[in-house]
Amino acid sequence: MGAVYIARSVSSLEMENKETPRGLNGLDLTSFRNGTVGDVTSKALDLDRYIDNYMEGTVSILPDGRTLRSFEIYAVDKEIEIAPGIFFPAWTYNGHVPGPTLRATEGERIKITFKNLGDRPHSMHFHGFHKAAMDGAMLKQLVPTGGTFIYEFNADPVGVHLYHCHATPLTQHIHNGLYGFWIIDPKEGRTPARELYMIMNGFDPNFDEENEIYGVNTIAFHYQRYPIEVKQNELIRIYLGNVLEFDMINSFHIHATFFDYYPTGTQKKPRDYTDTVILGQGERGIVEVKFPYPGDYMFHGHKTEFAERGWMGIFRVIPTEEIQ
Amino acid sequence: MLTAKTITYGLIPLILLGIVIYILFREGPLSIFQNDLPPVEELHVMRHSLADDVIYLDIVNSGPDPCTLAQVMVRGAFWQHGVSPRRTLTPLEKARVTIPFPWNLGEPVEITLLSSTGLSFVYEIEVASTSPKPTAAAFGRFALLGIYVGVIPVALGIAWFPFLRRLGRKSLGFLLYFTVGLLAFLVVDALEEGLEVAEMLPSVYHGKALLILGVVGAYLFLLGLSTRRMNNNDGTTSTAAVAWLIAFGIGLHNMGEGLAIGSAYVLGEFTLGTLLVIGFTIHNATEGIAIVSPLLKEKANIPFLIGLGALAGVPTILGCWIGAFTYSHLWAILFLGIGAGAIIQVMGAIVGPRSRTENLDPLNLLGLLVGFLVMYGTGLLVGAA
Repeated sequence: MGAVYIARSVSSLEMENKETPRGLNGLDLTSFRNGTVGDVTSKALDLDRYIDNYMEGTVSILPDGRTLRSFEIYAVDKEIEIAPGIFFPAWTYNGHVPGPTLRATEGERIKITFKNLGDRPHSMHFHGFHKAAMDGAMLKQLVPTGGTFIYEFNADPVGVHLYHCHATPLTQHIHNGLYGFWIIDPKEGRTPARELYMIMNGFDPNFDEENEIYGVNTIAFHYQRYPIEVKQNELIRIYLGNVLEFDMINSFHIHATFFDYYPTGTQKKPRDYTDTVILGQGERGIVEVKFPYPGDYMFHGHKTEFAERGWMGIFRVIPTEEIQ
Repeated sequence: MLTAKTITYGLIPLILLGIVIYILFREGPLSIFQNDLPPVEELHVMRHSLADDVIYLDIVNSGPDPCTLAQVMVRGAFWQHGVSPRRTLTPLEKARVTIPFPWNLGEPVEITLLSSTGLSFVYEIEVASTSPKPTAAAFGRFALLGIYVGVIPVALGIAWFPFLRRLGRKSLGFLLYFTVGLLAFLVVDALEEGLEVAEMLPSVYHGKALLILGVVGAYLFLLGLSTRRMNNNDGTTSTAAVAWLIAFGIGLHNMGEGLAIGSAYVLGEFTLGTLLVIGFTIHNATEGIAIVSPLLKEKANIPFLIGLGALAGVPTILGCWIGAFTYSHLWAILFLGIGAGAIIQVMGAIVGPRSRTENLDPLNLLGLLVGFLVMYGTGLLVGAA
């Protein structure tokens, strides 16, 4: 019996190399690699696009001369692939997790037509200044299945803010995917830069109130498989936020460079010049960074157990000048 | 006589049953179970083995629906791995997961299997250590262990034969019931162990039913065998036959002990393994006494005694090999069940033909109790096993 057993174990290794399920090519037994096997096959999420794609809405001028910016958002249930081969029945805004990143300029009038196509009552609760009726948080402010509600308020204050569903159980409604950024640019604008957004999130697909899967903008290890290309010495502005449930904190770390950090993006002076920031639940801020040297550099949660569960990516810095 | 008519009468209910099942599936009340609920997923790790920097897991889909192993985590970190022959397993289908991981000797390693719906199945390697490879040297080492634990102690027990023969009638009776006490303990021990292993099996394998099958099957088989072949003219079982049966039952029991030792090594339970070896060695010396006690009034030649000792002791070696190289809960349960059933039958063969007065004789009852207590006492040496 023993001889049969070892024969099987040897041939199984050979088989690994022949069979390539889900894109697994030749298992290399000489190196130890943390990470998932294979790649996502579902087209439900498009992370290459959803890192610098902003929803600017439609613009019109109000009688008083102010700009009115209108957005249409709908909640819909949708299965998404959160790591290669792992599917999660998400609750989404506009079919994506995170929801679309809305963008407006300080002082504009914002109008959001929210339609709930999901199976449960949902809402949109915006961080920012607004009247009580626009808070989207109280029980009577939830939008029933098939219902519509119009949120109206001014774009105020400048910075990077969250919107999310405020129905209860709150943990589940947020965890399941109902969150996104809205960015309010200062009137005078910011220094021109390559602008990216990264929402640090996680998933608990087995409902044990502990996240098994972490990442930025949802898919585990996505930007490790597909590095983000940037230019050497170009200014990169990252709108960064943490929407984790179940974990107290998350963090953000970039290799081989330092960055200016503006908490919530509301002030013009950076609070920190660092390479690591810690963010609590719902906290967000702006990172401004340049890479002096070309090459591949990791960025990841410096809470390393999150990094090993998917919160890991790579910046690929393309050379533009001679290196000293 | 099987006429065409008889066959037809026999087939009609079967055909009707087929029709009923068809209707049930098509439009019957079974449809209340068909809904949009996610599939029931269950992955079970049957066995792990470790080589230098590689972890192998043999897994089975123990649920009612197909299940896909999507990803593997080692100590909470996603880890590269391969699955052969494929990731999506139909119910009861098996696969092998190969994980290149730099495990360290003596550390526990927790492995999580994640299904395509994100359900997790956790498996714990309690103490990481290199799994024995079935080389000639390893076979030799485990055979030696089996000889120390099973063969030598049983032989030593049998070596009391000349001494025991010189005892009087009263002492002999005491000894026979002492043997029954020993055997009773072994039955309890085997059933307890069998139930424990049955708990580790996924429910789909019905481990407890398998255990009962082993017990009842072995009991009835040996009962049938002893009434047909081994009886004296007066209907009692011959003493030689009883000795053979005891040796057979104990042999299966010792095979179970071998399994425990071999698998303790594989599972990395070294302290337990050492305890098991020492405990079983002392424990098993008493088994030799049990085997020869029915023979004390007869003549017995040395080859016969050696044969008995071999039947009782050698299976320990086999058990060590199976435990170390291809341990399976299923086989372990079956062996433990068969051993228990065989021993129950032997106890019946010893006690059954004797008179009520003899069975209730205070000295004999004391023998029974002492036999059980001796096993209990030596069993303490085995510790948690």
